[in-house]
Amino acid sequence: MNHRIFHIATNTFREAVRDRVLYNLIAFALLMSGAAILVGQISFGIERLVVINLGLTAVSLFGTVIAIFIGIGLVSKEIDKRTLYTVLSRPVRRWEFIVGKFFGLSGTLVVNTFFMAIGVFAALLYVSRHFQKTDGWILVALYFIVLQFLMITALSLLFSSYSSPLMSAVFAFCVFVIGSFAEDLRGFAAMTNGFTRWLATGAAYLVPNFSALNVISVVAHEQPVSAQLIFYNTAYALIYATMAICGAVLIFEHRNLK
Amino acid sequence: MAAIEILGLEKIYSVGFWRKRPKRALHPLQLKVEEGEIFGFLGPNGAGKTTTLKLLMGLTFPTGGSARILDMEINDPRMKAQIGFLPEQPYFYDYLTARELLEYYGQLSGVPAKERSRKVGEILARVGLSDSANVQLRKFSKGMLQRAGIAQAILHDPKVVFFDEPMSGLDPMGRREVRDLMEQLKHEGKTVFFSTHILSDAEILCDRVAIMNLGQLRGVGAVSDLLSSVRGKVELVWQGTVVPAALRALGADCHVMGATVRAVLSEKDQDAAIEALRRERLRLVSVIPVHMSLEDYFVEQVKPAQAKAGVSA
Repeated sequence: MNHRIFHIATNTFREAVRDRVLYNLIAFALLMSGAAILVGQISFGIERLVVINLGLTAVSLFGTVIAIFIGIGLVSKEIDKRTLYTVLSRPVRRWEFIVGKFFGLSGTLVVNTFFMAIGVFAALLYVSRHFQKTDGWILVALYFIVLQFLMITALSLLFSSYSSPLMSAVFAFCVFVIGSFAEDLRGFAAMTNGFTRWLATGAAYLVPNFSALNVISVVAHEQPVSAQLIFYNTAYALIYATMAICGAVLIFEHRNLK
Repeated sequence: MAAIEILGLEKIYSVGFWRKRPKRALHPLQLKVEEGEIFGFLGPNGAGKTTTLKLLMGLTFPTGGSARILDMEINDPRMKAQIGFLPEQPYFYDYLTARELLEYYGQLSGVPAKERSRKVGEILARVGLSDSANVQLRKFSKGMLQRAGIAQAILHDPKVVFFDEPMSGLDPMGRREVRDLMEQLKHEGKTVFFSTHILSDAEILCDRVAIMNLGQLRGVGAVSDLLSSVRGKVELVWQGTVVPAALRALGADCHVMGATVRAVLSEKDQDAAIEALRRERLRLVSVIPVHMSLEDYFVEQVKPAQAKAGVSA
């Protein structure tokens, strides 16, 4: 990685940490501890299923909220506060700034996910007293969740590069919700005809397909995830995030800073 | 080689809901700043000073024209490694300490790691922030932020330094220190380009100044040359309390001060005024040339255009 991108990413990570973003881990830890104790008391035979489902869904939601709320301010906040002036007047190219910001927030989310994953496994250990071989698939689900974060971060940056934080948040949440039902949207498109079909198909392929990345239920039922799906999801998420970042760079390269 | 060469740089913004109304923030600007100069960029609010600086820093894009700094294009990263910039009313990452901020900017400017720590310490001492080096910027006063801003602009030993209103927010002592620092930079062979509306600072510091108003260049040159290019005024003092009508007709600014009258009028009317005093048999006490200050010159350049703009508005 280019050293300027690395320094911008490191500073973005430091900002998130000092803004107490990782404090969400406390809430997550409380949630997982409470769930583990409660589940152990009220459910018989499905403790593991409940803990995995609840834990991974919480990891996904916590991370998504962080990705959107920090992502939408990554560029606009720097423009509003004019901190960008002293960065871009140095030998830093605009694309390096965007890519550095992306890596910084992605790194924050990876660290955050790592600690939350420890929480999930700890809760799982508490309720079932031991790990099973199939628990390894939870790591795949977590990997897909991280891929989802990369896409959301990239999209938030894209929106942030031309829109206000409020509108960026609205756009990002809409895309997240629609993307979570992307498979349904594709199914709907297949059932329609004419212009509606064209429109629905276009929308279905434009929004990120988060439902393909959601294997929480699969791993909770101790079912394996195919290597092919891992490969396709990785390629899809990386290509999608790269395209969103390219869009953000293209917009930002031509933007007059107020 | 000129340190800064501005070749018809122009900026027109599109304003209004549909962005169809053009607003000219900067008329085509021609300007050359030589190496080693302290160059003052003067003008009232809305004169186009900050727009020009933002164009030179590549923060906004010109509608027309171009500029070269150290004979390189304004978006050339090699050039950017050799310049420093202090924006107006700077705001920095307030979660960082002053030391961390300078470390970060040093990294971005390519200051080698083994030199960085030493340089940061030296610069903090130079701007008087050594005691606050490990304090987060959110706890800094406006004056301290301005010092941190100056520190980041000169940290990487740039050849050309751009300061946008560097005295803003500083107390008289702070202003004096910044003036001294600019003179030190000049002695180190650096070019200093700074915008200000505090004319006394410019008059003391600058080798040359440019006066901007409403996006247009109104005058450029050494302060002494600019002032001598304008015919000055004279002060006449005579005994008595009588003010001849002829002097009033010449537009003299007359004040009765006890047993004498003091009149200030244009140098070209001096002979006619003395003749009028002789006719009235008034005893002339003194004729003294009134030296024009940069402020007088500035007002003379700026006022007519502003009055015109006010009328047309």
